[in-house]
Amino acid sequence: MSEPLAALEAVEVVYPRGPALGPFSLAIQPGEIVGLVGPSGCGKSTAMRLLAGLEQPTRGRAHLGAARGETAVVFQSPTLMPWASARANVALPLEIGGMRHAEARGRADAALARVKLAGAEAAKPAQLSGGMAMRVSLARALVTDPELLLLDEPFAALDEITRRALGEDVHHLWAASKPAIVFVTHNVEEACFMAERVVVMTPGPGRAAGETRIDASLPRPAGFRTSAVFRGACEEVSQHLAAGMQGLAA
Amino acid sequence: MSRLANAVAPAALIVLLLGVWEALCRLLAVPVFLLPAPSAIAVAAVQNAPMLIAAAANTLEMAILAFVVAAGLASAVALLISTHPLAERAVQPLAVSLQVTPIMAIAPLAVIWAGLDHPDRAVVALAAIVAFFPIFSGALTGLKSADPDLERLFDLYGAGPFDRLFRLRLPSAVPFLLEGLKVAAGLALIGAVVAEFVARSGLSQGLAWRLMEASNRLETAKTFAALFVLVLMGVALNALMQAGERAALRWWRGR
Repeated sequence: MSEPLAALEAVEVVYPRGPALGPFSLAIQPGEIVGLVGPSGCGKSTAMRLLAGLEQPTRGRAHLGAARGETAVVFQSPTLMPWASARANVALPLEIGGMRHAEARGRADAALARVKLAGAEAAKPAQLSGGMAMRVSLARALVTDPELLLLDEPFAALDEITRRALGEDVHHLWAASKPAIVFVTHNVEEACFMAERVVVMTPGPGRAAGETRIDASLPRPAGFRTSAVFRGACEEVSQHLAAGMQGLAA
Repeated sequence: MSRLANAVAPAALIVLLLGVWEALCRLLAVPVFLLPAPSAIAVAAVQNAPMLIAAAANTLEMAILAFVVAAGLASAVALLISTHPLAERAVQPLAVSLQVTPIMAIAPLAVIWAGLDHPDRAVVALAAIVAFFPIFSGALTGLKSADPDLERLFDLYGAGPFDRLFRLRLPSAVPFLLEGLKVAAGLALIGAVVAEFVARSGLSQGLAWRLMEASNRLETAKTFAALFVLVLMGVALNALMQAGERAALRWWRGR
């Protein structure tokens, strides 16, 4: 196995209100899609913030060497600037990075086209649907060509149809530049559709409760959801989740 | 309820009240110095129109000047102290003290400092003090209101304080600042009128002065006419600020 792009080594995060995560370990290989599944409050988002370098572990180590400056995050809500156009929102990371205005805007337009939003460049977030706003958020994450893309329950607030369509789109976007993706969700089926590897966490403070590999090439067709591989993976992930919950009861 | 009915209802109530007032004054033969009928007030308003308009313009000018001074000062102070929590701690009690001190109590000092020959300066200063707080508090709240997830993204992109201020905090503050400005505009007008009352001086030409002058002479109809102009001015200012706020917000969020 090659050098991991980012790794958490037995990290623990303790907040004043109590322990939130760990000890928990996770290594992300370049170009892989990892699903992170666990019940609410298990520390999934905390693990994401550690991987993004936005937070430091109380104990353990977070290695972000390869990923520093090459990481992008998509949150559960689109987290757009309501006063700025889709184009300006997407150009933001480039402009903060010092890129010239015109060039940044040009790249932003290209990124918007990649997420199927050509023509909506001048629209402000309030003029977009929830799904479109999430696409803008994805475009903003992709515009810097990140090596590591952290998706923190990105589709949780969307309806099932939009959610599935966006999931398939993320696969196609991934295929273009193959960034490593960490996809946090509490939806087992979504995780099994999206990821090559699903890591299940126990209730908070989250630890690894199990890992499932899903051997099916990416991007996956919508029909993958009815395949035996998919159903088997969902079954196994559900068992890991149940085992994690039992561990808590015991 | 139709929009027409919504628009007509308040006008109908006003007409009804004026009608009752007029009828009672005539039926009970109320002395005109005690309570003039609306028709008498209208006559007084028309007869004194040039003087009332000039006085209203004078008061409005003071209020606008005070509003501009307050907006500039309050925004600048809010911006300065938002850069450091300690600065905010230090300034907050002073700002609150200024807010809770009745303007009447500061007026004599303002008059002395402005110089007895310049009651207009005292009026502007006092009205600006009244208008200061809502703008200050709106701007400060707004500057701290940025979405925490957006703040995290700015962290992730390695944004410096300059980018953070101009790309995130200032634009985030706009709706709060607009609300503060709207409230402050009304307060500036009230402040200007109250300050005119307190900073009473023969050189002052504002509406409050005309109001006092008329009531001292028992010209009650004229007093009412001045009062009516004052109310009209306040309502118009409020409507203007509300329309301005709505338009600015529509531009800010794109709809």
